[in-house]
Amino acid sequence: MTTAAAPVAGSDASAEKPKRGKSSVDNDGWKVAIWFLLPSLIGFLVFYLIPTIRAIRLSFQKVSILNPAAATSVGWENYTDIMEDADFWNSAWVTLQYVVINIGIQTVLALGLAVLMSRLTESLIVRATILLPWILPNILVGLLFLFIFDPTVGIVAQVFKFFGFDPIAFLASTTWVIPALALINVWKFTGYTALLFFAGLQTIPKMLYEAGSIDGATEWQMFRSITIPLLRPILALVMVVSLIGSFQVFDVVAAAGGGVQGSPGDPLGKSRVLYLYIYENAFLFQNKFGYAAALATILMIFLTVITLLQLRLLRADQSDLA
Amino acid sequence: MSKNALWRLLALLCALAMVASACGGGSDDAAEDSADTETEAAEEEEAMEDEEADAEASEDEEAMEEEAAAGDGATISYWLWDGNQQPFYEQCAADFTAESGINVEITQFGWADYWDGLTAGFATGDVPDVFTDHLARYPEFIDAGVLVPLNDFIDADGVATDIYFPGLADLWVAPDGSRYGLPKDFDTIALVVNEALLEDAGLTLDDVSNLDWNPTDGGSLEAVAAQLSVDANGVRGNEDGFDASDVVQYGFMSQTNYADAFGQTGFSMLTGANGWDFLDTNPWGSVYNYGDAEFTDTIGWMASMVEKGFSPDSETLAGTGSDTIFDAGQAAIMPDGSWKIGTWSTSENVDAAFVPTPVGPSGNRASMFNGLADSITTASENPEAAWEWVKYMASPACQETIGAGGVVFPAIESGAKLAEEAFLANGVDVSAFTVHVDEGTTFTFPIAGQAGEVSNIMGDAIDTVIRGEGDASTISAANDEVNELLAG
Repeated sequence: MTTAAAPVAGSDASAEKPKRGKSSVDNDGWKVAIWFLLPSLIGFLVFYLIPTIRAIRLSFQKVSILNPAAATSVGWENYTDIMEDADFWNSAWVTLQYVVINIGIQTVLALGLAVLMSRLTESLIVRATILLPWILPNILVGLLFLFIFDPTVGIVAQVFKFFGFDPIAFLASTTWVIPALALINVWKFTGYTALLFFAGLQTIPKMLYEAGSIDGATEWQMFRSITIPLLRPILALVMVVSLIGSFQVFDVVAAAGGGVQGSPGDPLGKSRVLYLYIYENAFLFQNKFGYAAALATILMIFLTVITLLQLRLLRADQSDLA
Repeated sequence: MSKNALWRLLALLCALAMVASACGGGSDDAAEDSADTETEAAEEEEAMEDEEADAEASEDEEAMEEEAAAGDGATISYWLWDGNQQPFYEQCAADFTAESGINVEITQFGWADYWDGLTAGFATGDVPDVFTDHLARYPEFIDAGVLVPLNDFIDADGVATDIYFPGLADLWVAPDGSRYGLPKDFDTIALVVNEALLEDAGLTLDDVSNLDWNPTDGGSLEAVAAQLSVDANGVRGNEDGFDASDVVQYGFMSQTNYADAFGQTGFSMLTGANGWDFLDTNPWGSVYNYGDAEFTDTIGWMASMVEKGFSPDSETLAGTGSDTIFDAGQAAIMPDGSWKIGTWSTSENVDAAFVPTPVGPSGNRASMFNGLADSITTASENPEAAWEWVKYMASPACQETIGAGGVVFPAIESGAKLAEEAFLANGVDVSAFTVHVDEGTTFTFPIAGQAGEVSNIMGDAIDTVIRGEGDASTISAANDEVNELLAG
């Protein structure tokens, strides 16, 4: 943002006629800008800032969603309870497993896809096709994989049987439910992430690769010494964005976790991710709405810290191209 | 602050807001998803409005006819979740409108949407005047003070509360004596059997009509279950060489997922026959008895059935769902509730018959006795009209209309008899369900607070045992946990 032009306005603008012209153009700029920015500001206030403040307030109360008016203040009790809540630590652990599998595989696959796209093909059709899973609504994806992974009628089970293996009930197995859910979202988001990487790759000058190949560098060496360092700011941004999204996984788990007749969180709480636990506390448990708000606040603070840490570690604000 | 500086500050805030909301939108698919669900919801609403419009049209006509007579003109809203019953309640509503001049707007939702909608509705005040209430949910509603006590209405109108099957009406009385609903129907449990599979095993319906059971050797229930279990090589469970790891047909299958604390169509008919009660007192108990040997032995027996290959394991049951397995002819005997009579008697894939649940060590059969009732919300703007509707639904007139529909058993005997006849007229013998009422072998659904959390904790503990990863101590530890929750 350019702030350099600002300081002229104010006190003695009327005293110096000549300067007034420039200054008023400036002010008009702000006045015009405000109208364009206003809708977004209203959205931010109504849908982000006010609910956030309200949720933080709720996190210090004992309150039933059925009767929010009858809330009582409990101080830090919700927070101290959370620290001793085995279900919270279980859901934090489950979520962490999910994020590591999801982001790990997704980032590597997406980067590979992006490099393939930029080095091999410029085809628009390929780029569009890669985006297809991302266009599907999450709930639909959840339901789709509910049947794909079904141990009786699912296609995965049929493939297993064809090769002589016993089918696995991926979504109802304590071992497999988190990897399965993580892979579902890898399938959904890899294309989108790849496209972001691809856009980043376009900013790397082609001549660097030409110079590399003249010097006899292999494709792998160029990838390591040219692509990765120069892609770092994009890499950082995409990692931050997808990590936040991954920690907030809910819909796929709600739709597919536990299998067709299982409830979300099944089996044995092994798919009870943080957002699901927040949802259960808010809407299914008695008088736990404030507790749910406290959980959400903790998650928000945690994600903020993670994000800042990541941006700092990856020096996202500096580019090696400059 | 000068005017210009103010403008700049505002603009800066706006820019920040744009950045923030852009981040929010990109980092999180919630926005996208909520948009999706909104459109879906809108579509559903449209569909529902169409239905409603049809219903309203017919109601309006009748209302108009009667307007001269009664002319009250009030309209109250009513929610229910069972679509099968809706036509008969529409009929009740039409009769009621003709009688009282009060219009009733009926809306039906699926089970999950119904409770989500009510929960959200109570938070925002956007709830119906009257809704079908469930025993598992209503303690929470009372706790939050969102239901209207009916005592004053009942006293003023001199309504009798003893015209229902014994026990049903009392379930809706809170510890302080306030009554929050009048019974509309009841349900019991029976065993659904696949007749074709019986025949294959050389068994007849008579062989399974008088089963007994105990947690030690499973009694005749386990014996027929073994005979009805078949592995991939066609070997039966009571024959040598039965491969428990490769079963294609199960002899006995819990209808509910094992991870269920109330096991209405799972363990409850067995634990009941084993002389076990959920709570120290019901309704309004303060201590759960899950740690008792009567309960843990029963779950232990169910786990042994899974191990022997006579019952599906947790993964199979949760993965595909019991109804699908039964409908595919891959299970021979399954406990299920009277609300599913229609489902199984009209199934195109299985020839189903209903037989009574087994007699247990207590010397009796047992069935959970669950009853629904209609409750009035405090948000109702016209509680008097709402009460009239509740009173009408709880009266013999409406319950006989419902009973004649042959979908559920009304809470009043005359209505229940009509239901039994209606089922019989369709060729379905439902005596396996009504035998519990005739012989007094019912026990009521456990009523205590914190049902949601209890369900999570106990469900996981039971499933752990079924999966062979825990034993009786797992369950008693979870029992301590839920009792702590109830006490706290």
